[in-house]
Amino acid sequence: MKRGFALLACVLCAGLVHAGTAPHVSASQAWIRVLPGALPAGAYALLRNDGDKPIALTGADSAAYGMAMLHRSSETGGTSRMAMVDAMPIPAHGTQALAPGGYHLMLMDAKHPVQPGDTVRITLKFSDGSTLPVDFVARPASALGG
Amino acid sequence: MKFPRAPRVAMLLLSLACVLLLAGCQRSDDLPFKLTNIRGHMPDLQFQLTDDNGKAVTAADYRGKVALLYFGYTHCPDVCPLTLAQLHATLQKLGPQSNDVRILFVSVDPARDTPAALHAYVNAFDKHTVGLTGSPGAIEALSKRYRSAFTREPSGAGGNYEVTHSSAIYVFDQNGHARVLSANAPPEDLVHDLKLLLTGGTSP
Ligand SMILES: [Cu+2]
Repeated sequence: MKRGFALLACVLCAGLVHAGTAPHVSASQAWIRVLPGALPAGAYALLRNDGDKPIALTGADSAAYGMAMLHRSSETGGTSRMAMVDAMPIPAHGTQALAPGGYHLMLMDAKHPVQPGDTVRITLKFSDGSTLPVDFVARPASALGG
Repeated sequence: MKFPRAPRVAMLLLSLACVLLLAGCQRSDDLPFKLTNIRGHMPDLQFQLTDDNGKAVTAADYRGKVALLYFGYTHCPDVCPLTLAQLHATLQKLGPQSNDVRILFVSVDPARDTPAALHAYVNAFDKHTVGLTGSPGAIEALSKRYRSAFTREPSGAGGNYEVTHSSAIYVFDQNGHARVLSANAPPEDLVHDLKLLLTGGTSP
């Protein structure tokens, strides 16, 4: 009886922990380009959606930074442009990258200096209300990828 | 600082179109560059700015080096670092010859980009990089000289903003003559052309 109760409690706990986690989205090659001083940093990752429906990344949060924004860089007629965007769509059974020169997370107001080699947890937020905590590896400014 | 965008972009496109048209009648004695040849179509390197050590410098201080001119600013977290990281990889491929190259990173945000801020920034990428800043007038003059566009304007509340800037890299030979322009060309093409310039490719 006692044991059964403990088991039930465990199941409930596990249920709570996983309640908001994006069930079909996974991230790999997650990294941050660390710049000197208090400069904003870009964060990148490859996102995979194994679900049957498209989903969109809509934002991010990190205890390590005061602000994280979803941005997109683009290039037209020899001019680079960077703008805030509301969402980055990820197709059903497909991938979409946050990558230099395209979609990226812009991290501002680091709470503590982040050094190359550090791991920083960033929680990604999706259009269906789910979230995904991802560990990003900090890379030096001159890195070309994760 | 606010540069009118549309006319500047139009100018750049127009000048690129001219360069392409004229490419056909390029002097055959020029080096077999892979990037866009701008010899004779862009003025010699000329500026009066302050380097990242706080020293007043002019283009003459970089004679004898192949100079790569790029406009950006330190609070640009995505494209500027990508370009500087790619240029670092390019220079690594040149080996010891990279000592005869300077990357000139000109800040278009002189209000925030002090020499000290630029020093830390450029050295995080490549030791052959010089950060240059100066009066808004001096920077605008240099930007205009190469028909390079830049705007940085608030576009809403909550710290939202939009940035546009020229993605071109202007390459000058050891005598300060404009030779080629790289606008999102493959990095190998830049390596190729730099090698040409470094092995006796000075213009008359
Ligand atoms: Cu950005």
